Amino acid sequence: MKYILETKGVHKYFREPVLFHVLKNISFGIEEGEFASIMGKSGCGKSTLLYILSTMDTDYEGELYLNNQLLTGRSGTELAQIRNEEIGFVFQFHYLLPEFSVLDNVMLPARKLGKKSHADIKKDALEKLDLLGIKDQAYKKASRISGGQKQRVAIARALINNPKIIMGDEPTGNLDSKNADNVFNIFKRLSEEQKLSLLVVTHDKDFANRTDRIIEMADGEILKNHYHRRLRGQG
Amino acid sequence: MNFRVIFDITRTHLTTRIKQSAIAALGVTFGIGTYIIMMSFMTGLNGLLDDMVLNRTPHIHLYNEIKPSPQQPIDFYAPLAGQLNVVHSVKPKRSQVRIHNALPLIAHLEADARVQGVSPQATAKVFYLAGSNELNGIISGIKPLEEMRLFNFDEYILHGSPKDLIRNRNGILLGAGIAKKMSLAPGDRIQVSSTNGGIFPLKIVGIFQTGLAEIDNSQSYVNLKTVQQILGEGSNFISDINVKLWDMEEAASMSKVIGEQFKLTAIDINTANAQFETGTSIRNMISYAVSITLLIVAGFGIYNILNMFIYEKMNDIAILKATGFSGFDVKMIFISQALIIGFIGGILGLLLGYGVSVLIDHTPFETEALPTVKTYPVNFDPLFYIIGISFALVSTFLAGYLPARKAQNIDPVEIIRGQ
Repeated sequence: MKYILETKGVHKYFREPVLFHVLKNISFGIEEGEFASIMGKSGCGKSTLLYILSTMDTDYEGELYLNNQLLTGRSGTELAQIRNEEIGFVFQFHYLLPEFSVLDNVMLPARKLGKKSHADIKKDALEKLDLLGIKDQAYKKASRISGGQKQRVAIARALINNPKIIMGDEPTGNLDSKNADNVFNIFKRLSEEQKLSLLVVTHDKDFANRTDRIIEMADGEILKNHYHRRLRGQG
Repeated sequence: MNFRVIFDITRTHLTTRIKQSAIAALGVTFGIGTYIIMMSFMTGLNGLLDDMVLNRTPHIHLYNEIKPSPQQPIDFYAPLAGQLNVVHSVKPKRSQVRIHNALPLIAHLEADARVQGVSPQATAKVFYLAGSNELNGIISGIKPLEEMRLFNFDEYILHGSPKDLIRNRNGILLGAGIAKKMSLAPGDRIQVSSTNGGIFPLKIVGIFQTGLAEIDNSQSYVNLKTVQQILGEGSNFISDINVKLWDMEEAASMSKVIGEQFKLTAIDINTANAQFETGTSIRNMISYAVSITLLIVAGFGIYNILNMFIYEKMNDIAILKATGFSGFDVKMIFISQALIIGFIGGILGLLLGYGVSVLIDHTPFETEALPTVKTYPVNFDPLFYIIGISFALVSTFLAGYLPARKAQNIDPVEIIRGQ
């Protein structure tokens, strides 16, 4: 069984305003090519879990593995490097840099990684934008395009360094049903065609039902997993 | 590190809010510009005043003062010692004006390592005769080259040059007041009559002006030898010795030793111009204080603008961190913004400072005391420009560092979840 992302006994506490046990003994894994969603009521800790998995939140107990490498306890700079190279993010709010062009936004993480020449990065970025059907918007300012387009740009940016896994915090939460559908189809295609792992926190039941697996959370614990499409390893 | 990406982000940030950036840079520009202007003008003026007083005044002035002896014969009479002896109507005894054994004394002073140069003078009281007019005055014999080298004598000269005195043994540099009163110009002849009755024709080679009417109306300069001839004395007749030292601070102690050793009156420059040094250092202090205050104010401006900007850009910072930029990268983005503002503002400040300095340098400034100075004095010392740009960079770095460190420590999770 090969997990891309795995947690072992993760606990998380909020200390302010009073001590609160948010996550209780979370142990689970995401396989290569798996499209999983996390569901649960507000305040059940699903976003908190996602930010721990994203390596941005380092204040937890337990162990986090990416590609069988232990990430727990690494320095901020190392984790930034790993986020840059291995993890892509899509948020509910699109979080593009408004002063930069769409193309620049997509190119930024690759330029930070610095493994390719500027021309290659630009070619990659235009390819990703083409994949998402917004190549024609490439030279517009990021603040000048519609919400659905912004979310697709954010996905293109998440893909630019060919990460192992893409994480989303309610990526369709702010979109109308047509755009939400569009984003879902893009995710589905990436998971099937490129064997990309996806982990998405969502409130949208319809969205969750179409993913491979729903992880249901309540009160900081994983209640159960609903599998819609079992991958080989989970036989 | 990938400086290109960071620089691109920095550039985009700066250019998209060009107004705020320009205002921050203008703060630095005015700070640095004012610093340059103040320092150039202040030190220029200080230099001028130094010239007027310090550089033209001998550090030690030696002469024979006519004064009554402090000890009267009765003081040497043993039986009356310890009693209250009063002598009425004490008069100074007639003694020679010249310095005794002056030439060996000059040689002795010149051999001293602390002495930069020695300039002997001989003074005679004379009548100036031109046409039917007579004017009384003083004529000083000098060594023109030494006077120029040590005491910037040439700065007094309106027409001609001290060198003309050397070329023309019977030349005279006439005080401006005398020339005006007697309607004389360079090239004219003037006769000088000494107190012992001799009349000497001299040729006017130049006019000098000190700005002090008393001196300009009576004083003239000729070659040392000429005065000695007018007085009918030998080449060892010297009435004053002016000494310039390498280090002015030694003047007081040296003058005391020389005065006692050779039984001469020795006046040092510090006694003559005690308050002068204080004035110079206070003026320097004030200009530094004002400049530093201006730069600190400019620094607060930058701090403020960057701080505000970081609050505006919380989302950007969060997204940069989420996509793999480290805290250090984010800090560099904001520090480089501060440094670019400091650099551009600083360079403009140097240009502003230089421009205004040139303007001041060309502003007419006429003063009787300084006939050779026609415009305000400005000191174009490159050191001010180096200090200026360094200060601009250091102060903007410090002003940018605190907000940048705050940006470095922003927790992206808090921002993203806070939405």
